[in-house]
Amino acid sequence: MKRFPGVDFLELDALLSDEEKLIRETVRDFVDDMVKPIIEECHRDARTPLELVPKMAELGLFGSTIAEYGLPGLGNVSYGLILQELERGDSGLRSFVSVQSSLVMYPIYAFGSQAQRDRWIPALGSGEAIGCFGLTEPNFGSNPGGMSTTARLDGNEWVLNGSKQWITNGTLADVAVVWARTDDGIRGFLVEKDTPGFTSSDQHGKFSLRASTTSELGFVNCRIPADNLLPKTTGLKNALMCLNQARYGIAWGGLGAAMECYTTALEYAKERIQWNGQPIASHQLVQDKLVWMVTEITKGQLLAHQLGKLKDANRIKHFHISMGKKNNVWVARECARLAREVLGANGIVDDYPIIRHMLNIESVFTYEGTHDIHTLVVGEKITGIPAFNAPEQTVKAKPPTKATAAST
Amino acid sequence: MRIAVCIKQVPDAEGRLQVAADGKWIDEDEIKFVINESDQYALEEALTLTEAHGGEVVVFSLGPDRVQDALRKALALGAKRAVHLADSAFHGGDAHATARALAAAIRSEEFDLVLTGAQSDDAGYGATGSMLAGLLGWPHAWLVMGLEVDEGGGSAKVTREMESGMNEFFRLQLPAVIEVQAGLNHPRYASLKGIMQAKRKPVDRPTPADLGLVADEVGMAGSRLEIVDVAFPDSGVGAQIFEGDPATAAKALIEKLRNEARVL
Ligand SMILES: Cc1cc2nc3c(=O)[nH]c(=O)nc-3n(C[C@H](O)[C@H](O)[C@H](O)COP(=O)(O)OP(=O)(O)OC[C@H]3O[C@@H](n4cnc5c(N)ncnc54)[C@H](O)[C@@H]3O)c2cc1C
Repeated sequence: MKRFPGVDFLELDALLSDEEKLIRETVRDFVDDMVKPIIEECHRDARTPLELVPKMAELGLFGSTIAEYGLPGLGNVSYGLILQELERGDSGLRSFVSVQSSLVMYPIYAFGSQAQRDRWIPALGSGEAIGCFGLTEPNFGSNPGGMSTTARLDGNEWVLNGSKQWITNGTLADVAVVWARTDDGIRGFLVEKDTPGFTSSDQHGKFSLRASTTSELGFVNCRIPADNLLPKTTGLKNALMCLNQARYGIAWGGLGAAMECYTTALEYAKERIQWNGQPIASHQLVQDKLVWMVTEITKGQLLAHQLGKLKDANRIKHFHISMGKKNNVWVARECARLAREVLGANGIVDDYPIIRHMLNIESVFTYEGTHDIHTLVVGEKITGIPAFNAPEQTVKAKPPTKATAAST
Repeated sequence: MRIAVCIKQVPDAEGRLQVAADGKWIDEDEIKFVINESDQYALEEALTLTEAHGGEVVVFSLGPDRVQDALRKALALGAKRAVHLADSAFHGGDAHATARALAAAIRSEEFDLVLTGAQSDDAGYGATGSMLAGLLGWPHAWLVMGLEVDEGGGSAKVTREMESGMNEFFRLQLPAVIEVQAGLNHPRYASLKGIMQAKRKPVDRPTPADLGLVADEVGMAGSRLEIVDVAFPDSGVGAQIFEGDPATAAKALIEKLRNEARVL
């Protein structure tokens, strides 16, 4: 099996510690040995490769930044490198780890009771349990603050009503972290599989992220014990804190997809011969594409690395993460398209990883805050003017509540 | 049981190698180094044995500073401690000088078993392990494809692959030096926890004097073999490419084999 050589044009590996390099190597080997040989088939069959879950758990990929419960307690650069390598394999696989780690284990760890943590963190870390995160609804995506799912306290039970859409791992999950509106604002709840009144079904017909399961969750008078409230959640900001974790990881993940497209295109261009026995890499137009890719990947690496440092130092702000997610996923999207061009007709078949990455990236571009929403986040930071809402006179619906500029 | 594993760091076979300016070795500047393949299997075998029988694994490696990456990885995989023969006096030696340094380091502790790969992927002498056994005065087996330590730990049964699909089984007394072939097990991945724990595991760096050796017994000074020249073989001479569709090319090939090479 051919090993991925990595992309390090600017000797940026010098910024990494020995541990960080070893961690990257472990995940890189795992992806080369166990993901790449099966992923095209998973994509074709729209199948989540659940057989990889025990191995990923054994390596310590779930909840890897948590330092309790026997989990590795990694720094943020290590966490980013893990997601980079996983997304080089497939965005769907990376989504699985992002959801499990950042959107399920993180909120239970950060906002859960001791009993909730003791029950779920070990089970999720060992892959025995799978989790999902339900924020988006059919009518509220970029503006989750408008959500209509409700939770009402009735004796010692919460009663949930509403629905969630586009939920990664929804039908696979043993536990769902569900955000719902209460009399005290938006709060997070743990809903277990098979709870009466809770249903889930898969979204079919996806052309993107096919190696990942995307589902709809329904709640009809779904009663859960009062203890299933995540006690330290007090508003939408808690959901946004989860998203910040995940989006940070996506800033690295995007680079992984970009690297796979770039290295595939580079190899191909050096071998594909068209004119005068010369490889297509000898043409200036082709070189321009390859150079664009390696330059943007390199800039993206610096951006991701600095985000990691800021996060380790607890100085990271949501608008920093917005810039990283937005830029690096855009780089991946452009790299996938340029690589597709370089491969010609071979760029559209799944003998090569390009078309799969190109399709996957469309989801990544949209979820965890669309590209444009992140533009508005950075725009608000530098101008001081929030541009999420349309100007007053053209608004027909009631103005959304504050702090709505976010989504999963 | 206590097991010593000797590992060597070698250039990644997938890298593009260049001859160094002095013409005596390859240019190490821009290449990636990895743990020699069969040594990875030796380490895995040692880790599995200590998991089954108790005990610990100590890894040994001779080489410059970069070798610490290989040792870190071995520690992350589960070795307890590492010994790095990093002193420049150890460097540049032939198989005998290297075996002498390793023997001295291994002799300074108590081991039940020394495991190592059958041959290095760079120099490829396949001699260091047997010389090490000779210097230690221990029994030795080469090209081992199966290993079981007997109840009580006094002896081990090894399987060797012979020609024409036959296997040879024999038993040897411990302590012994056993050189394994790639493929006898499935080397594990370093877990993230293992990698974090490796940071705190000790790496000793003894000098020749610490091991009771005189500097000119080891390294280049202690060698009787010298690499005079390394070069790529000439390419492109004598090769013929048959053009055309497979059927035409095959016909042309048979024609040549029959009439020119006269092997058919
Ligand atoms: C494969 C996949 C997996 C997902 N997994 C999950 C999950 O696990 N959990 C979860 O909760 N959600 C998940 N999502 C949902 C995802 O987060 C939403 O799709 C995303 O937030 C966008 O919401 P929307 O699709 O409703 O689009 P909309 O919000 O309707 O946006 C449509 C378009 O309008 C633009 N737009 C919206 N508002 C503005 C504005 N103010 N100014 C300018 N442009 C604007 C957007 O940028 C976008 O281009 C997933 C989505 C996908 C595709």
